[in-house]
Amino acid sequence: MAVQALDASRAPIDWQKFALPAVLIVVAYGLIPAYASSYLVEAILLPFLALSLAAVGLNLLTGYCGQLSLGSSAFMAVGAFAAYNFNLRVEGLPLAVTMILAGISAAGIGVVFGLPSLRLRGFYLAVSTLAAQFFVQWALTKFGWFSNDNPSGVISAPRMAVAGFSLDGATGRYLLSVTAVIALTALVWRLVNSATGRNFIAVRDNETAARVIGVPVLRTKLLAFAISSFIIGVAGVLWAFTYLRTVEPAGFNLDRSFQILFIIIIGGLASIRGAFLGAAFIVVFPLFLSRFGAFVFGGLFDSGVLDMSQRIVLGALIIIFLIAEPNGLSALFDRLKRRIGSRSS
Amino acid sequence: MTFFSHLRKAAIATAFVLGATAVHADEQYFPLQSYRVGPYAAGGTGFFGGFIDYLNLINIRDGGVNGVKLTWSEGETQYEVEKGVEVYERLKSNPGIAAWNPLSVGIAYAMIDRITDDKVPLITINHGRTDTTDGRVFPYVFPLLLNPYSETSGIVNYIASKEGGLDKLKGKKIVVLYHGSPYGKETIPIYELLSQKYGFELSQIEVPHPGNEQQAQWLTIRREHPDYVVLRGWGVMNPVALKTAQKTGFPADHIVGNVWSNSEEDVIPAGDAAKGYTAITTQASGEQYPVVQEIVKTVYGAGKGNLEDKSRIGSVYHNLGIVNGILNVEAVRIAQVKFGNRTLTGDEVRWGVEHLKLDPARVEALGAKDLFHSINVSWDNHEGDGYVTFQQWDGKKWNVVSDWIAPDWKLLRPIIEKSSEAYAKEKGLKIRTAEDAEAVVSN
Repeated sequence: MAVQALDASRAPIDWQKFALPAVLIVVAYGLIPAYASSYLVEAILLPFLALSLAAVGLNLLTGYCGQLSLGSSAFMAVGAFAAYNFNLRVEGLPLAVTMILAGISAAGIGVVFGLPSLRLRGFYLAVSTLAAQFFVQWALTKFGWFSNDNPSGVISAPRMAVAGFSLDGATGRYLLSVTAVIALTALVWRLVNSATGRNFIAVRDNETAARVIGVPVLRTKLLAFAISSFIIGVAGVLWAFTYLRTVEPAGFNLDRSFQILFIIIIGGLASIRGAFLGAAFIVVFPLFLSRFGAFVFGGLFDSGVLDMSQRIVLGALIIIFLIAEPNGLSALFDRLKRRIGSRSS
Repeated sequence: MTFFSHLRKAAIATAFVLGATAVHADEQYFPLQSYRVGPYAAGGTGFFGGFIDYLNLINIRDGGVNGVKLTWSEGETQYEVEKGVEVYERLKSNPGIAAWNPLSVGIAYAMIDRITDDKVPLITINHGRTDTTDGRVFPYVFPLLLNPYSETSGIVNYIASKEGGLDKLKGKKIVVLYHGSPYGKETIPIYELLSQKYGFELSQIEVPHPGNEQQAQWLTIRREHPDYVVLRGWGVMNPVALKTAQKTGFPADHIVGNVWSNSEEDVIPAGDAAKGYTAITTQASGEQYPVVQEIVKTVYGAGKGNLEDKSRIGSVYHNLGIVNGILNVEAVRIAQVKFGNRTLTGDEVRWGVEHLKLDPARVEALGAKDLFHSINVSWDNHEGDGYVTFQQWDGKKWNVVSDWIAPDWKLLRPIIEKSSEAYAKEKGLKIRTAEDAEAVVSN
């Protein structure tokens, strides 16, 4: 068996598998920095990247390991505020270290709020992660230390530089964002294809059976919470530092947690690609609808009416997509690809 | 590649929309990050309605500002920061931008770095970040008329005037009931400072967001038996506070509301419980002022009025929008005197706002006597010494019950400078001088 598996992995390299990532990297590092408008970068790509990364993190926990969480935006907040404080209080800390420390802080909080998962499942666990949502927001508002005693509790992102190069421009922030997202996504991709990743799936599919075959369920669940929160924490740093450039506790509210959960449901659970497709749908599509609506009907209705109709259209589309393919956009994408493939062959 | 095809579509749509709104020569453009849906739509429709009504009045009655036509377009933000940023990025490439007016603290914060890079003014009338009052550190941000600290001082001065002088505050007891958010907490140190200075007893009680349950807080208030309660509320918290006060037997005429608790939308849901309630404002409500009358006649008469519900003409938010329109337009007019009657750059308008001096005589000439008092902005004072007044709700409308009251700006300035200098240090900014303020970028 083992020999066969080894042989299979030595099969001729599937170039198609590498073509897509290669194209993506050329686009991400070549075409976009060179040609993209500031609107495309600032209003579309930066939120898309931050939310995609958060969705990748949540997908690890919910999609792969089966632990439903409503605390994502709290972990984002922890990441953002931790990065702000490390940067403020430790002189000359490199940006990459700040981001890793922020991720570790979020991971710590994530493990604490992951403890109930040892006893609770499904909706009950979701409700207990809700506690993280309320506690973190309360603590950040209550204790002025977190926001450096800024009277209004809203703090602005610091200047960012790597090795002397300023990253404050739109392109700089974009490159920082895209690099962090690619690095962490690659890491997650490795992880879900490793023994740990299979443990996650075993715990999700049948906890008792997993325990019987010797999966350390306790450790696996906490590990999932830690890694997922780490990634979501870094996503929080990106959201606050590269996209909004301001950090306020109210910005990381329950709505954001739901938004991230919907991204992975619409995109496809237990699929890394799904996180990106879902984020694209949630971030880009409403903008497209809004621009299209304003362009076609702008003179006829005021912006309030237009916005309301866009919500209706978006809601209807979500329902249609999920009826067409309950496993999300990722599965829909595969089906389309197969259909095109079978037609061409 | 669905994602990238979306991007391409979005980019094409962008190009279309931008192409469609391209401005010709001699137009001054106002990008509006409005909010007409969502929980704060009442404020948004009133404020942006008033602002647009005033811009329309200038276009219809005067043919623009010295022949320069005013244009605008709206983007819906729902009061959400990321939507506000998206609208900012969308509208900022339009030519001839005069100033940004988001009417949202969160959106304003996210824009400070961006508009400073663009060199376009950001006006946060009656709200915003207090230390942006210091023009030495924030060259492009203007919390016109009233920042949160001045509001606090104005409220305490009003209570003092009711008691017969600042020296009579000694031994009195004031409770501040504040919204449990950064906005609500911002004035805590200032109330404490004033309590020490004037010797009144102070207790500040938090109401967690959104504030639709306040029984516990009002029972505490009843136990403490204060002379006045200051309501520093937001949204649904305000009517609930007034109703709960009635239930626990605290008289409404001893509750003083702040600038975000002062609108019709805050009192009407409370019904009878709001009768006698008093709140601070920088602009009186009502439609008896000549400028509001002209808007009714000229703009609504021509069927171009922005408010769908005509009964809201002259409401607190509508009048705030009109006053905001006056301040924006006058800043453009003042800058035109120096730079010529043409489309101005953002930096030229910034110079105009920094020289925005409207004395009571000029305010009267603009048809706004008693609507607001005066403004006196300078390169280092971006608030402009706005006066406040107090209105009492009689169950149907607001009635002005005080003179124009001046906050204690001298007392507040050192605190503001301390905060802005800390910001400058954190961000590595250079403190601006008067000469820097006179250097204007005109392309």
